[in-house]
Amino acid sequence: MNIFLDNKNTTTLKVFRGTDSNINDFNFFEVPFNDGASILDALNWIRENIDESLAFRYSCINANACKECMVLVNGKTKYSCTTRLSKETTTIEPLSNKRLIRDLVSDIVPPKEKL
Amino acid sequence: MKFLKTDVLIIGAGGAGMYASIAAAQSGKNILLADKSLISRGGATVMAQMTVAAAVGHEEPDHWTHHLDDTIKSGQGLCNEELSSILCEEAVDRILEMSDWKTDWARKDNRMSQVMAPGHSVKRCCYVDFLNTGPAISRTLRGEVAKHSNIKRASGLNIIEIIVDNNIVKGAIGLDIETGSYITIDTNAVVLAAGGLTRIFSRNSASLNMGGDAYALALRAGAELIDMEFVQFFPIGHLAPRLVGMDPIMWDPFRYKLGGILLNGNREQFIENYGGADGKSYTVSRDLASYAIIKEVEAGRGSPNGGAWLSFEHVPKVELESAFGPIIKKLAVNNIDLTKNAVEVSPIAHYHMGGIKVNTKMQTRIHGLFAAGEAVGGANGANRLSGNAIPEAFVFGKRAGQYASEYTCTKTILTTSDGVSALSKVLTKHKIDNILIKDNNDIRMTSIMKKLQDIMWNDVGVIRTRKSLTNALDLINNLNVNYFSKILPPDITVYNKQLMDWLDLRNSLLCAEAVCLSAYNRKESRGAHQMEDIPITLTEFEKNQVIEMNDGCLLTKWENVNKIEFKLKKKLQALK
Repeated sequence: MNIFLDNKNTTTLKVFRGTDSNINDFNFFEVPFNDGASILDALNWIRENIDESLAFRYSCINANACKECMVLVNGKTKYSCTTRLSKETTTIEPLSNKRLIRDLVSDIVPPKEKL
Repeated sequence: MKFLKTDVLIIGAGGAGMYASIAAAQSGKNILLADKSLISRGGATVMAQMTVAAAVGHEEPDHWTHHLDDTIKSGQGLCNEELSSILCEEAVDRILEMSDWKTDWARKDNRMSQVMAPGHSVKRCCYVDFLNTGPAISRTLRGEVAKHSNIKRASGLNIIEIIVDNNIVKGAIGLDIETGSYITIDTNAVVLAAGGLTRIFSRNSASLNMGGDAYALALRAGAELIDMEFVQFFPIGHLAPRLVGMDPIMWDPFRYKLGGILLNGNREQFIENYGGADGKSYTVSRDLASYAIIKEVEAGRGSPNGGAWLSFEHVPKVELESAFGPIIKKLAVNNIDLTKNAVEVSPIAHYHMGGIKVNTKMQTRIHGLFAAGEAVGGANGANRLSGNAIPEAFVFGKRAGQYASEYTCTKTILTTSDGVSALSKVLTKHKIDNILIKDNNDIRMTSIMKKLQDIMWNDVGVIRTRKSLTNALDLINNLNVNYFSKILPPDITVYNKQLMDWLDLRNSLLCAEAVCLSAYNRKESRGAHQMEDIPITLTEFEKNQVIEMNDGCLLTKWENVNKIEFKLKKKLQALK
């Protein structure tokens, strides 16, 4: 249900892009701001409206049940599904202690669950 | 292309898939448990905050045959009663087995606590506090799976096609999402345990991976689906204000316990106007509540976001705090204070009664192809009794795993080139279409999915009409021809979300068509299939609708319902 990201107030997300953690490549995205919207809502909004290639990991969408959507929000480890959007420009990066896969996706798969 | 070999491939690692892998592992054979998300974290099971029905009889005297009676009643004439019997009888064993495996079911004096839920004749529904059933059982099963060294777990492995030759399973091809490579899997037994399709409706309680993968894989492999017109809509899914960190269907037990009241946009009670009773007793059926809310919205009397208000404002604070426990704090974080404000709720797609047609061994008509959990059709008929989804995952999972591991056939040898050829069939059809139609880079896959969800919600949702269903069939065809087929399959790279979306869409569009077509053919109202222009239930439609794919086209036919023999019914009566 995406009824929460349709008003005229906006905020900015500074989002890490790429597959090489040594290259500091960020995109700035202006996204709608609405009270209560989560970082995950905004990331999905970016995919639906600006750049479909942006990669991030999640499964349960909002329930905070799958625990897959961890990212760094202004340098702190957070679940993107339960962290609210801020009016200030917010930096979103992949987890720093895990191998980078692409954009905000890092390697959180337990070693015994890999092929 | 990478190459793998296994005895049994299980697709989907929620409750059903994990149970299947544990059961299959007893045989000592090699099991590959694949999930396109992470093992035990994607899918519906982990999100289930509610209750699990099983006639363990700890709270009050009960017997599985009573559970069966309630299940059949709820299914309104369409239950495959053989499957329903298995579900209700074996649910008891599975719940106790989960107890042995240390699932922390809520207990009083060493007996499991069981609560009442809509449609049950006794207090039968077990749970883990507080709203923690799904995460708790996922944890238990994850631990059990890990104990078996012959279960190879594969997170991020998206199975995109089953390879079938002469109605016999030969293997599968998959996408290894994290490394960005395709894989050929040599196996002669496959269990489809990838859940339902509720994500194809714009208002849903689904996780990302519930777009109908299991059904689409089954159809393309040559298996039949049954009862695809029956989608269960949960009447009071959370709509607004924004609520994160909670399952959107969380309000139900509290409404039941505390007598939450439904109000329309004018803050008037309205359930009574549709023949139901609201208030403390909360006896209104789910179908009626959904219908009433949608009609109020249609009449311009909806809440601001297009639903109804659910109010607990009349309930004393102390009572609220005692019933909600720690949930009160989670609500406060979401700026929800139930003593001061009502919340907005709406019907949401919640569960799919339809699914893959199987026998009691969970076998499809394709040799070596099995199904488990929500992916299976038939046990719940035209509407599912609340609390039956998790036992279905356990019971059918256990059976599918057991019978799949027992299944043997003349072993065919699959090669990487078979995989390459299967993959090229998946990808080229669209490339050919694309040559014929001019290139269109502006079409986004996310926007096609959104369009599909809106079509399904508006025209194939809680209230359907003949006109809305033909309209939906046209619109879905248009999405296929004028949008989806114009998109080239994205190239394979590490964690390519667009490729994942493309593969999802390919399955979801096929499932949507199957649901629409089945709904169009059922010219009556029954259970979760409500036709505004044909509001009657007809005896001639007390039949199951079976759907298959032939040369890329969907074909339907009617079959008699599998009712339990009269003699067996007598025997069951004697058991009570």
